[in-house]
Amino acid sequence: MSEDSALQRVKFYQTGTHTVGNRLMDEAARSVQASMDRSNAITSGHRACQGCGEALGARYALDAAMRATEGQLVAVNATGCLEVFTTPSPETSWQIPWLHSLFGNAPAVATGVAAAMRRKGRSDIKVVAQGGDGGTTDIGFGCLSGMFERNDDVLYICYDNEAYMNTGVQRSSATPPTARTATTPAVGTAPGNVFGTGKNLPLIAMAHNIPYVATASVADLHDLEDKVEKAMAIEGSRYIHIMVPCPLGWGSAPNATISLARLAVESGLFPLFEAEHGQVTRSHKIRRRVPVEDYLRPQRRFAHLFKKGHEDSESLAALQRMADANIERFNLMGERQTP
Amino acid sequence: MLKQMEGSLAVAEAVALCRPEVVCAYPITPQTHIVEGVGALVKSGALENCEFINVESEFAALSVAIGASAAGARAYTATASQGLLYMAEAVYNAAGLGLPIVMTVGNRAIGAPINIWNDHTDAMALKDAGWIQLFAETNQEAVDLHIQAFRLAEELSCPVMVCVDGFILTHAHERVDIPTRDEVDAFLPPYEPVQVLDPAQPYSIGAMVGPDAFTEVRYLAHEKQLQALRLIPEIANVFKDVFGRSSGGLVHPYRTEDAETIVVALGSINGTIKDVVDQMRENGGAIGSVSICAFRPFPLDELRAALINAKRVVVVEKSLAPGLGGIAAPDVRMALREAPLPVYTVIAGLGGRPITMAALQEVFEVAGDDRLPDMQFLDLDYAAVEHELVRARQIRRSGPTAENILKHLGAPALASGE
Repeated sequence: MSEDSALQRVKFYQTGTHTVGNRLMDEAARSVQASMDRSNAITSGHRACQGCGEALGARYALDAAMRATEGQLVAVNATGCLEVFTTPSPETSWQIPWLHSLFGNAPAVATGVAAAMRRKGRSDIKVVAQGGDGGTTDIGFGCLSGMFERNDDVLYICYDNEAYMNTGVQRSSATPPTARTATTPAVGTAPGNVFGTGKNLPLIAMAHNIPYVATASVADLHDLEDKVEKAMAIEGSRYIHIMVPCPLGWGSAPNATISLARLAVESGLFPLFEAEHGQVTRSHKIRRRVPVEDYLRPQRRFAHLFKKGHEDSESLAALQRMADANIERFNLMGERQTP
Repeated sequence: MLKQMEGSLAVAEAVALCRPEVVCAYPITPQTHIVEGVGALVKSGALENCEFINVESEFAALSVAIGASAAGARAYTATASQGLLYMAEAVYNAAGLGLPIVMTVGNRAIGAPINIWNDHTDAMALKDAGWIQLFAETNQEAVDLHIQAFRLAEELSCPVMVCVDGFILTHAHERVDIPTRDEVDAFLPPYEPVQVLDPAQPYSIGAMVGPDAFTEVRYLAHEKQLQALRLIPEIANVFKDVFGRSSGGLVHPYRTEDAETIVVALGSINGTIKDVVDQMRENGGAIGSVSICAFRPFPLDELRAALINAKRVVVVEKSLAPGLGGIAAPDVRMALREAPLPVYTVIAGLGGRPITMAALQEVFEVAGDDRLPDMQFLDLDYAAVEHELVRARQIRRSGPTAENILKHLGAPALASGE
C-alpha cells in the first residue's frame, strides 16, 4: 500500500516556510490540543523539567487517545521519569485511570487490564501502556515482546530520550553511538557510547508482525496525534516510538527541544514511518535535509566530537553514514515509488 | 463429589469452581499440571468467561494478574521454585498494591544445584512479601484452601499464596471431595474491588510515596495481616458450615494434650509426623504435633497456646537459612519468647530427600532425652560432607561441589540424580 501518490494527505508544519497555524485550519482538522474540550489527561502541575520532550509527547499522545476512545481509556506506566514527575503522591497529574506497577512489566500489566476489560464486558475501554527507552528496549523488552507476540489489544508508546534519564543519564540500548552518558563517559580514545551496539525497537516490533508500528516526533505533533488516533482504531498490539529530547540528559537548551527533535528527523537519524503487519506503508519525507552535525552540535552529550583542534571527523562521518542508511532504507527523500 | 485424581488437577478444578476471570500460565515443574488443568477447563468451556493467557515468563504471569486484578477481575496464577523467585519483584508489588490475587506455589527447591524436587525454600524466600501464605497438608486441604483463599484475599484486598508440596501433593493421585459449583457460589461472593481502573472514576494507582507516608502504608500492610489472623479461622468455620469438613485455619494441633515433646511442621510432612506420633504414643511416648497452616500471618498466640505445656519443641522444616539454621524455627521461638522451652531445629527433606518415619522417630526420641543439638540435618551424609571439605582444603581448584559430592557417592547416585 502506498500513500505517496497524489492522494497523500497534506500535513501541516509548525515552523518555516510551510507554517500553517491551527487557527487557519478547518476546525475538524485542528490538533486535539487546540480544542477546548481536550481531556488534559496529564494536567498541569507535574514536576517535569523545563523543555521536557516526554511531558509534551505524552500529553499529545494521551489526549489524542482519549479523543479516539471518547474517554474510555486506561493508562499503564512503567517506572521512569513520566511516572515520577506525574505522581508525587498524594498529588497526581493524571485525570484518567492510571496504574504503575514496576519498571519492566508495563506491557504485561496492560495485557492484564485489557483481558479484565474484555471479561467485564467493557471492551470499549482501551489500554495504553507507556515507558521510556530503558523501560521499553531494555528491562521491559521481554514483556513487550510477549505482548506483541500474543497480539494483545494494547497500544504501547515508548518515549525515547535515548538514555536512563530518571536515574541520572545512564546508557540504554537506545543510546546512540558517541553520546556521552554517565556510564559512557566522554573520555579515552573512543569517548561516549560505542558504535555497533543498540537496538532498533520499531523494526523489532515489526518483526512480530503486529498490525501497526509507527515512529513519531514531538516536532510534528499533528503527525503524532494522527498516528495515535489511527492506532486506537486498530485492534491488537500497536507500537508507537516517539523521540523526546531531554534537555537534562542531552545537555541542550530547554527551548531547543522542538528544533532538536526536528533536526533528528531532517538529518535522517530518526526516520518517521508507519508499518502495518511488518511492512512499511509510509515514510515521512524530509523536506530540507540537514547534515547530522546540525543536530549533534547543539547537544553537550556530543560536545567531544567538536572539540577545537580535536574534531572527531571519523565518528561524525560514521554517524552521517547511519543517517544516510536510514534515508535509503526508509526512502526518506522520496526517490522511490514505495517507502 | 468424591473423585480419585491427581492433586494438581484437583487444585485446577477447585480454582475453576471459583470462577477466575483471568488466569496466566507459564510452565514450571512441579506446578505445570495445575495451569494445564485450568487451561483445559477454559478450552472445553467448562470454565466460562475466563481469559487463559499463555505468557512468556513468571514475571509476566504475575504482572498480567496485577493488571487484571487492578481492573477488577478475579485473577489467578501458579508457579514454583525458580519461577517464584523470577517474579519476586511482582510478588512484593501485588501485595503493596493490595491486589487480591490467588497463586498456587507447588513448593520446590531453589538452585543451584538445580533440583526439581520438593522443599519449602521457594515460599520461604518470599515469606515477608506481604502475601498471606497457607500451607496444605493434604490434597483435600489444597482444594479447600484455594476456595477459602479467594474469599480471604478479596475480603482483605490482599494476595494469598497457597503452598502445595511439589510432587508429594501435586503429583499424588488420591481421593478428594470436589465441591459442587452451587456450594462454592454460596460460599464465595463475586469480587467487589476496593479500587478499580474505571474511566468513570479515575484513580492513580501505584504512585510514588515518600518518607512522609511510607511507614504508615507499611504499617497498614502489617495490620492487614493481623486482620487475617482473625479472618482465617472465621472463614474456616464458615467453610465447615457450608462444606461439612474442617480445612484451613491457623494451626492444626494433633495429640498435644499432655505431650512433653511437640513437633511443629508445615505442609504434607505432617501426615508422616502424625503417623510417627501415633506409633510413639502406642509405646507410651508423650508426643504430639502441630501443623502450621497459616505461616503468614504467623499465628503467635495460637501456636503458643498449643505448645506452652510441652517440655520441648522440635521444628521439622524443609528449608534452610544458611548461616543461621531454620527459617520457621525462629518464628516458633518468637511464639515461645515468654516461656522459653528448648526449640530444636531439624532440617529435613531438602531437594526432595525422603523423610522416613524411622529417621523421624529416632530424632524425636533423642529430642525426648534433650540430647538433640540446636540444629540438625536429618539423614545428612557426614562422611560425604567431610570428604569434600578435606578435598577443598587440599586442592585450590577443587571443582564444582555438587559434582564432587555425586562422584563421591558413586555411580548409582549419579544416575538417579540425572
